[in-house]
Amino acid sequence: MSRSTTTSFSAFALAAALATASIAASAEDSLTVVSWGGAYGAAQKKHVIDPYQKDSGVKVLFEDYSGGVAEMKAQVESGNIQWDVVDLEVIDLERACSEGLLEVIPQDILPPGVDGTPAAQDFIPEALASECAVGNIVWSVVFAYNEKTIGGTKAATIADFFDTAKIPGKRAMRKRPQVNMEWALLADGVAPKDVYEVLGTPEGQQRAFDKLATIKKDIVWFDSWSQAPQLLNDGGAVLVQSANGRFYDAIRQEGKPFVIVWDGHVYDLDAWSVLKGSPKKDLAFKFIAYATGSKPLAGMPDVAYGPTRKSSMPLADQSAAPHLPTAHLDKGIQAGSEFWADYGESLGEKFNEWLLK
Amino acid sequence: MSSLTTSEAGQAASARSKKRLTAFLFVVPLLAFILLTFVAPIGSMLWRSVHHPAVAELIPLTLAELQRWDGKDTPDRQTLEVFVRELHELDQQRLSGKLAEEFNRAYTGMSSVVKASARRVGRLDADELQDKGAETLLQAHRNWSSAQVWYAIQRAGQVYTYDYYLTALDLELHPEQGIQVREDTQIYLQLYSKTLNMALVITLFCALLGYPLAYYLAGLPENRANLLLVLVLLPFWTSLLVRTTAWIALLQTNGVINSFLLSSGLIGEPFEMLYTSFATVIAMTHILLPFMILPLYSVMRGIDPSYLRAALSLGAKPIPAFARIYFPMTLPGLSAGALLVFIISVGYYITPALVGGTDGQMISNIIAFHMQRSNNWELAAALGSLLLALILILYWLYDRFVGASNIKLG
Repeated sequence: MSRSTTTSFSAFALAAALATASIAASAEDSLTVVSWGGAYGAAQKKHVIDPYQKDSGVKVLFEDYSGGVAEMKAQVESGNIQWDVVDLEVIDLERACSEGLLEVIPQDILPPGVDGTPAAQDFIPEALASECAVGNIVWSVVFAYNEKTIGGTKAATIADFFDTAKIPGKRAMRKRPQVNMEWALLADGVAPKDVYEVLGTPEGQQRAFDKLATIKKDIVWFDSWSQAPQLLNDGGAVLVQSANGRFYDAIRQEGKPFVIVWDGHVYDLDAWSVLKGSPKKDLAFKFIAYATGSKPLAGMPDVAYGPTRKSSMPLADQSAAPHLPTAHLDKGIQAGSEFWADYGESLGEKFNEWLLK
Repeated sequence: MSSLTTSEAGQAASARSKKRLTAFLFVVPLLAFILLTFVAPIGSMLWRSVHHPAVAELIPLTLAELQRWDGKDTPDRQTLEVFVRELHELDQQRLSGKLAEEFNRAYTGMSSVVKASARRVGRLDADELQDKGAETLLQAHRNWSSAQVWYAIQRAGQVYTYDYYLTALDLELHPEQGIQVREDTQIYLQLYSKTLNMALVITLFCALLGYPLAYYLAGLPENRANLLLVLVLLPFWTSLLVRTTAWIALLQTNGVINSFLLSSGLIGEPFEMLYTSFATVIAMTHILLPFMILPLYSVMRGIDPSYLRAALSLGAKPIPAFARIYFPMTLPGLSAGALLVFIISVGYYITPALVGGTDGQMISNIIAFHMQRSNNWELAAALGSLLLALILILYWLYDRFVGASNIKLG
């Protein structure tokens, strides 16, 4: 009895050791890259991941996540790094970088643009603002309506989003203070350049909550951008907030009669970053240098996200140009990543409190 | 017969201990599994809710200096100089961001203040640091002159703290007035009571729906009852996510129920059912119903029908006979089911998150917020520990008044 136990145990240990060894061997030239999935993920796979695998011979495990820094924090704290490269929203980036969850990326690894412009001039400045990441796309939070369900009066401005008398019906918003607070102030007449200054004061926060309260009973809250086009399609809401690429994809691929309203859009960057302590740091840097090259970025307009390199635009599909956030910058504001690093937690609590009222 | 000799007794004892060892070896995998997946995570949660060494590790010298501080006005020059030196050091090691996050948690808005100040202080060389470090800091932002800020830093510097529990109970520690109700945000107590309410309502619905069904099943011949039991168990074979999503399809504004009611002319305008606490209650009742039916059924199955017949033949009316004879005998099953459903629903996350909308939120959703969004794992741990304590207290009360030995799962 005891002998067979020992034998089976050592067999088990051997098997475990073999398994670990084989994982280690296969992990040698592979890289785990994590992004958002959906249409955006598909575009990245087509224009970044697949060409990179072909050119470098490195195997890329391309995984999805839904944002936030919890998984990264868990991996870094436990020292068990599963992800190497992550596509982060800049709103999360600021915190992840300051909490020490990300490696510092030397910017001299970035190659010049395809037209020879040095990287420092080729990238828009916001893309290289953080030492922990390299921006790859400009995207935007917008709202859209469905031609079929909107009725006679069409929405045109951010004020219309908060005007249930003009446009009756439900509004769908993501359940978080980010963007919603900005929209409330914009609709309440705050000048775009003053939004974050006003939002930094208790009176300004109250003003935003009061404005949101005027449509509170008409708001449908959702948790993931992917729910948004669905809500607009099946009539769950008349005006729906989402990332512009999600709507664009539904319009282009599925022929949905959605119309995007650009007034008051809040644009932000997504950026590639490397998890602190990744055993494949150098390989990860090489991947990022490749992924933010002119050509891979030129594929991003497929899903209506703007490339962060100026040299990418001439290479891109020009039919998408009018649908990129970069074509509407005058109508929107940039998401305040510093503001949300300061107020994300306290406004998050207040927002949840307000929801319960 | 004859008594055992010493050697025989010894043999028996060794055989017994061998058996015991074998039995123990059999449960070792399970024991290890439970320790690893259950005891250790709960332990680390409890530990994290009171242990927070981050700030103390970042600025140990400043915190030591702050012990002399009287809590009024700005701390003295020496303290500020020590802090500036540590901030300079942290900036060189690229750790000032971490300090910024920690301070921001203690005092909202400090994240950008610390980062900007660290940049300014980081530019000073050793001599400048000596000469005008404190001034540079005070000029960098007015917050550094505020006693409130330094008080918050002092609190955040404690390695062992109960501050997260205070926050989780909507309380805060005021420098002079002691523990008081939190001024700006009060949310957690409300959420706890809401969660308990919802769990109670769900348990009640499960009992109301499950009891008659279990009673009916218990009265059927074995083979038919087994067939119907399969229908009760069927939901277990379907993914939880699918069942929840099915409710979305049913309940949404243009969903199955509303379309039916509208087309049949019963209502003129669609009901708002999805994204309400109603949706949470109905979806969770559906999901948790088997947990109520199964213990009820197994207990009812074991009740001899002749008791009820005896009561009737002795002249009791059907309803009193049921209430006084049958019902008390089903109580062990009912309490087991109720306890299961209640405890599971108190910590439920996915269904309220999907169909609950705003007023269907429960405490688990805010714990998830602190885990994923605000990154405040200590507060999440405190909230989770309180939830655990709450359930233990409820269980204790239950044991006290009903008796846990009464529970019967079958």
